[in-house]
Amino acid sequence: MLNNRTMIAALCAVAVVFGVVLQRASADPVKDTLVIDGKKMITETKPPEGHPLDVVRSGWLYREKDTRELEADSFENPGSLYVARGAKIWNTVEGSAGKSCASCHNEAAKSMKGVGASYPKWDAAAKRPINVELQIDKCRVENMGAKAYKFDDPKQRALTTFIKHQSFGMPVHVDLSKGDLKAWWSKGKDEYYTRFGQLNLACASCHELNNGKHIRADHLSQGNANGFPTYRLKQSHMVSLHNRFRGCIRDTRAETPKAFSDELMALEVYVTWRGSGLSVETPAVRQ
Amino acid sequence: MTLTRRQALALSAAGAALTIVGWGEGAHASPKAAADDIAKFTGGKTAEQGKIVIELPEIAENGNTVPLSVSVDAPMTEADHVTEILVVAEGNPNPGVATFHFTAMSGKAEASTRIRLATTQNIVAVAKTSSGKIYTASKLVKVTIGGCGG
Amino acid sequence: MAETPKIRVPKTAKKGEVVEIKTLMPHIMESGQRKDKDGKPIPRKIINKFTAEFNGKPVFSTSLEPAVAANPYLQFFAKVEESGTFKFTWTDDDGTVTTAEQKITVS
Repeated sequence: MLNNRTMIAALCAVAVVFGVVLQRASADPVKDTLVIDGKKMITETKPPEGHPLDVVRSGWLYREKDTRELEADSFENPGSLYVARGAKIWNTVEGSAGKSCASCHNEAAKSMKGVGASYPKWDAAAKRPINVELQIDKCRVENMGAKAYKFDDPKQRALTTFIKHQSFGMPVHVDLSKGDLKAWWSKGKDEYYTRFGQLNLACASCHELNNGKHIRADHLSQGNANGFPTYRLKQSHMVSLHNRFRGCIRDTRAETPKAFSDELMALEVYVTWRGSGLSVETPAVRQ
Repeated sequence: MTLTRRQALALSAAGAALTIVGWGEGAHASPKAAADDIAKFTGGKTAEQGKIVIELPEIAENGNTVPLSVSVDAPMTEADHVTEILVVAEGNPNPGVATFHFTAMSGKAEASTRIRLATTQNIVAVAKTSSGKIYTASKLVKVTIGGCGG
Repeated sequence: MAETPKIRVPKTAKKGEVVEIKTLMPHIMESGQRKDKDGKPIPRKIINKFTAEFNGKPVFSTSLEPAVAANPYLQFFAKVEESGTFKFTWTDDDGTVTTAEQKITVS
């Protein structure tokens, strides 16, 4: 179980090595409203039953003014380029069946509305959770006669961004009553509080116990998933949720689980739930 | 709290993992290289301090995408207008960032873009006008190494 | 897949008005500083020039270096005296030129 003293000691040790004083006082998230093209986004909300925090907040509130403004302007948001790219892929025929996504799903604005807000869902055939990336692959293989995308293929990221964007503004809500999602949610919860790696850090170490504080120069958010795939300034392209999971876990100096592995699927179910009620911001802009 | 040897090794390894990857580590420009670029631009003439407003954040959230605006409050008539604004980054592997070219039809001597900065450094802007005036201004931007997360 | 730049130009303006123009061009802007997994440098490939013309006359242009961020964003102004067409060009290191046009009605 997490020991507050040990965890703070570990974080201080990190700070000491890099010569940076870990701020004990909270550098709070801003008080700001996110309005995009007249649509007021929910960036702060009451958590669902059983949630450990008092308020659920979007990562947007923890970013600098310039970064926040970049997301608020739908023209300037570089993520919009990937939404456009995803739209092109949606209409492109691929595979032996000679179909495009549009052949079956027609207008994405109608058919994909709510997908970004309600996934991951339960895949009864595979007996595990399914996210948007895996759903795309399932459709490609089973209905289009096309190959599954390699993880983080630029086309996969663009298409996932486009599909999730059709739920823009809608509050995140995963229906845990379906299939065995509750069990996977529990598994994800256990992982969230388990210390990983040589740095012995759990997701909760930073995102629950220290959100609002800084780790080196990074302003820690609650680590919610409502903006993914996000346009990260660092990579200057869309970053998928599993890529981010792996990056964080790698930085605790642990072996990184494979994308879409049982561990990361369980974590996705749980982490998505932690952000329940926040608006889908895809494509969000983060550092 | 004393670090065990294992913890110390882990932390220094983590330090290596957390350094910025891929933006010319060690290959830093110097203010001299930037000054050379500026001398080429001005033909060696001295620039007058001021007149240019440089908009940059005090602290860049990430050095890979930093919003930049340069403007000169000038009439922009056919007879007298800003013709160019050069922007150089003193601490980047190569100092050149962009050169904006204006005409009387620009209406305003103002342009914005987003730039990459390798480290905390001065950004210098030099403006030339059609009447032969040269202005310069600079701004310090703090660029941090982020925390975690890929 | 050919890249489509985004441009924002007002549809109408008054004679003599100075309008704001925004452009966003999808492009990796490979700086030439990065190395691949095997340690080999990835060659530079950027948009090195942007031009804006109105009714055939130059309005604004930029020469870009690798220090310009990926998906280059450019915002600038133009004084319009008559109706017409803006033409924008982006030139890649490899010589490819992408163009886009936008009309404006000036009264």
